[in-house]
Amino acid sequence: MFEIASVSLLLALTLIIARAILGPSVFDRTQAVNTAGTVAMLLLAVVGFLTGRPDFLDIAIIYGLLNVIGTIAVLKFFRHGDLGDPGYEYEDGKQTTNRGSS
Amino acid sequence: MTDALDLGSWILIIAGSILCMIGALGLLRMPDLFTRMHAASLVDTLGAALLLLGMTLQAGFTLVTAKLLVIGLLLFFTSPTATHALARAARARGVEPLLADQSATGRAPSKRVEGKQEQQ
Amino acid sequence: MRLVSTFLILFAFWLVLSGHYTAFLMTAGTLCALGVVLFARRMDVVDHEGHPIHLAPRALLFYWPWLLKEIAVSAMQVSKIILHPRLPISPTLIRVRTTQRTDVGRTTFANSITLTPGTISVEVAEDEILVHALTRNGADSLADGEMDRRVTRFESA
Repeated sequence: MFEIASVSLLLALTLIIARAILGPSVFDRTQAVNTAGTVAMLLLAVVGFLTGRPDFLDIAIIYGLLNVIGTIAVLKFFRHGDLGDPGYEYEDGKQTTNRGSS
Repeated sequence: MTDALDLGSWILIIAGSILCMIGALGLLRMPDLFTRMHAASLVDTLGAALLLLGMTLQAGFTLVTAKLLVIGLLLFFTSPTATHALARAARARGVEPLLADQSATGRAPSKRVEGKQEQQ
Repeated sequence: MRLVSTFLILFAFWLVLSGHYTAFLMTAGTLCALGVVLFARRMDVVDHEGHPIHLAPRALLFYWPWLLKEIAVSAMQVSKIILHPRLPISPTLIRVRTTQRTDVGRTTFANSITLTPGTISVEVAEDEILVHALTRNGADSLADGEMDRRVTRFESA
């Protein structure tokens, strides 16, 4: 049964990577990469069961943590366009800053 | 008893894999960024939950179960954060969602929604 | 009280990850958890907001089961839409009013909206959330405010 699960997860991964290649905007690609990370994490757990090595679960946990941090970092970069940006936010036409007390 | 558990975990794992495939298919079929996010959240929530639950039944009451629980909680708390950050960033960069009703842009609250809230 | 529970949770996490129960590793785990607790106290993040254990029993008993049921139901609807050959979507943006008083409550509400397939919270303001829904039905059922009421009841502990 784990064989079926891992094959279908691999199939899902293929579809997601197709979206990452097709994706018109950078956000589509980021979305696809985030979902690919989730599926890869599940695939790691399934493969751990398939080969009878529960150590794979630790790798899955680390993968999940890195996945989220990576996604947020990439989004932050593309939102401000620059990692050296001071972090101004435009909301409803009003300019506010993240620096200081806010 | 163990047979019933085996069958249950088998069903859960197969259902989870099928849901993951449906989500991936939706990611490919949906027309724009925001609708694609809905398909992706299908994978993040129910697909992952069913797979992890099936593996939990398979593992029994061991350390592996606790690790699977940690993975589940991690997904449960982080996936909405990532999705929300993505939606917010896309909107801040000027990606407007495709709408069925083009008059309601969301910048100003639409009449239909206002009426609904006054009824409460 | 909160510091003690933080310490216990961190130590339990260490035990889960390590899986070896030798004296050396247990001591190292205790020291690490203690160090993290001290740093967290210095950074002032172990408070009502950063570590809301006062909500835990209520969340586990009432809110999460309901949320899981809701996620299952709407996931079924979304997968039916994806498998439908003509893709019957009607994407809608609505503003949903929130009645929560605390930041924890608002965060819970916004995260619950995003967790449920079919609805995503796009922008969170003081007393309303901009929600993108996959279908008009989904938007309407959210505007009915069932989830909002439940979260408000859940946060008022």
